[in-house]
Amino acid sequence: MSSARPIATTRSASGMPTGRLAVWWVIASEIVIFGGILTSYVMYRLAHDSFAEQAAHTNTWIGAFNTFVLLTSSLMAVQAHKAADSGDGAKAARFLHYTCLGGILFILVKSFEWASEIGRGYTISSSPFWSFYYTAAGLHALHVIAGVVIMFIVAAAAKQYRDLHRVELIGVYWHFVDVVWIFLFPLLYIAK
Amino acid sequence: MATRPVEIREGHDTPGHHEEPSFFVKYLWSTDHKVIAMQYLFTGMFMALVGGFFSYVFRMQLAWPGESVPLWGLVTPAAYNMLITNHGAIMIFWVAMPVLIAAFGNYLIPLMLGCDDMVFPKLNRLSYQIFLLSVVVLFSSFFVTGGGFGGAWTMYPPLSGEAAYNNTPAGQTIFIVAVALEFVAFLLGGINFVTTAMNSRAPGMKLYDIPMVVWMIVIASIMFMASVGPLVAGAVMLIFDQTLNTAFFDPTRGGDPILWQHLFWFFGHPEVYVVLLPAVGIVAEVITVFARKKLFAYKTVLYTAIATGVLSFTVWAHHQFIAGIDPRMANIFTVTTLLISIPIAEMMFVYIATLYGGSITFSTPMLWALSFIATFLVGGVTGIFLGASGSDIYLHDTYFVLAHFHYTFYPIAIIGTFAGFTFWFPKMFGRHLNETLGKIHFWLTIIAFNGIFLPLFVTGVLGDNRRIPNHQVYPELDNPLMNGLREVATVFLVVMLLAQFVFFYNVVVSLVRGKKAEKNPWKSNTLEWTADSPPPHGNWKELPTVYRGPYEYGVPGRSEDYWPQNVPN
Repeated sequence: MSSARPIATTRSASGMPTGRLAVWWVIASEIVIFGGILTSYVMYRLAHDSFAEQAAHTNTWIGAFNTFVLLTSSLMAVQAHKAADSGDGAKAARFLHYTCLGGILFILVKSFEWASEIGRGYTISSSPFWSFYYTAAGLHALHVIAGVVIMFIVAAAAKQYRDLHRVELIGVYWHFVDVVWIFLFPLLYIAK
Repeated sequence: MATRPVEIREGHDTPGHHEEPSFFVKYLWSTDHKVIAMQYLFTGMFMALVGGFFSYVFRMQLAWPGESVPLWGLVTPAAYNMLITNHGAIMIFWVAMPVLIAAFGNYLIPLMLGCDDMVFPKLNRLSYQIFLLSVVVLFSSFFVTGGGFGGAWTMYPPLSGEAAYNNTPAGQTIFIVAVALEFVAFLLGGINFVTTAMNSRAPGMKLYDIPMVVWMIVIASIMFMASVGPLVAGAVMLIFDQTLNTAFFDPTRGGDPILWQHLFWFFGHPEVYVVLLPAVGIVAEVITVFARKKLFAYKTVLYTAIATGVLSFTVWAHHQFIAGIDPRMANIFTVTTLLISIPIAEMMFVYIATLYGGSITFSTPMLWALSFIATFLVGGVTGIFLGASGSDIYLHDTYFVLAHFHYTFYPIAIIGTFAGFTFWFPKMFGRHLNETLGKIHFWLTIIAFNGIFLPLFVTGVLGDNRRIPNHQVYPELDNPLMNGLREVATVFLVVMLLAQFVFFYNVVVSLVRGKKAEKNPWKSNTLEWTADSPPPHGNWKELPTVYRGPYEYGVPGRSEDYWPQNVPN
């Protein structure tokens, strides 16, 4: 019941640290989740012309702004990783907090965007397009929230110079969340 | 500074260090991979009893429709739907998966790779806890208004999406939540398995020195991770259809019910191989030990397993030949489906080649392993009829399909499990099972199993549809021949279920009075047999080093016919 790690965790037969390896497998399993929903969306989109007409009601500028916010936060995550690599835990924590700020801003903008759309009568049950719009973006938003929470925990440890290798791991996850949005943005906002 | 000091667990080099943890901590809150394996094993066995009981109730109804079933009562059509739905789901998600992947994976991966635990012990504990929660959620669905979900384990919409169609308004959503929780548990477990196998092998253990069963569980875990995602997305969409009135799968409002079938079977067909591969791996371990021969063509088995894994992602639409898919697509999926029988057949032939010329001992685990090959071959061969779209159009949704997939899943989930359980029982519990009782149990089970499903091939070809709770309503299905065959199947099912009491009696008696097992009772090569029986927390006082592959039996020039992996020369 000790909190010490088993010897198994410290081995590295593949040459890659265990934590990094595991994060890549997490991402592999996440890719197929988003892959499933996006492939379904594309199939529907190709089969129904009405999708384009409904997509015209999404706000491209808000989507573009959120893309910019997420990409900037990813840059901050890279800076945090760089700082952690050089052993500067305080600096890494600071940049992680900037990344969190980006994530929070993204969610806030999204909340206003959804509120205005629901106010105009476009709800999740309006049509298959809006069902996909809210489901896919909602699933992505859950990942953003989870990432922010984990990032705060990692940053708190990094500030005290503990578990600095985790800065890289949360960064890898954050880039993944970013890449998912890069797919969502053109599919939901640009292709009209 | 940046680098974290490497924490080595204190106390493993100093015997006697351990203080005795409380019962709760030791058995219910443990991070020890062996304890978690036992939790999965016993939960899975309990669920097998539940699933077996369900099959008893609906088979009694099928053989003697409308009569009160002992221990249950009258089987209403709604109850019948609930029973078949949950029998299927339980046997695959709550028996085959936890026992073959989670229990054997947890027990064998660290022991066979020569390390003290999984790389993420707490994640491992969380995985079981989520799994247990999924069991509780599933059971809770039986007691809500309308009862447990009755839309078949494949959950096809619109039947599963509309409470008005399936009459289980609460059960339908709770069921999907339970399945989703089960997926989460196995994703966590799978990440742990794959990472452990990639990183934590004993010094000296190269990729081709890994025992086949570990390879198989790892390949299965990767396949599960790669295939379950679309169904997770689909499950979210289906729950939204049920609760938020979306129309993903509702054809009247622009949705497409076939999409669900694609999402489901994109997972569902690889899933067959996800549970098959660990069973194939267990059989490889058992037959090499009891034939005292090197596994014929280790690399071939490995590569065919990987080929199976890759191909299994390209066959899913053979479940949908009559669902309204493009006939040109049916042709393509016929070809891929028939192709996948090649690697599987190759594995079976490799095992037969391993047996050829060996000095075979017909112990209980060996009997199970051999019967796996025999019965799975029947399942595989009958699959050819169903994979070809032409004959499938006639046979689809009949008892022929049902008998076919029971001839694949039964060898996998039941025979494979018994082979593994009887083989590793001395290691797990430190005592031997009774051989005589074990053989009685084997013969009763295997004869009864064939007695159940061989007649059902015949009723299926005669046109018996799988979803009918009472055949008396259909005059063309209500004739003496088909009724007789249904009764034969049910009688054999009861015999098979009763035979399991022999097994449980054997386990209980052997745990108390069985012959004590030494470290390596079967004279096996793999690393788990170099630990104590049962292995202590941490498995070894000093972790082993590996010098050779796992199947060096009967090497010429050696005084003994086996050559353990950890012996330098």
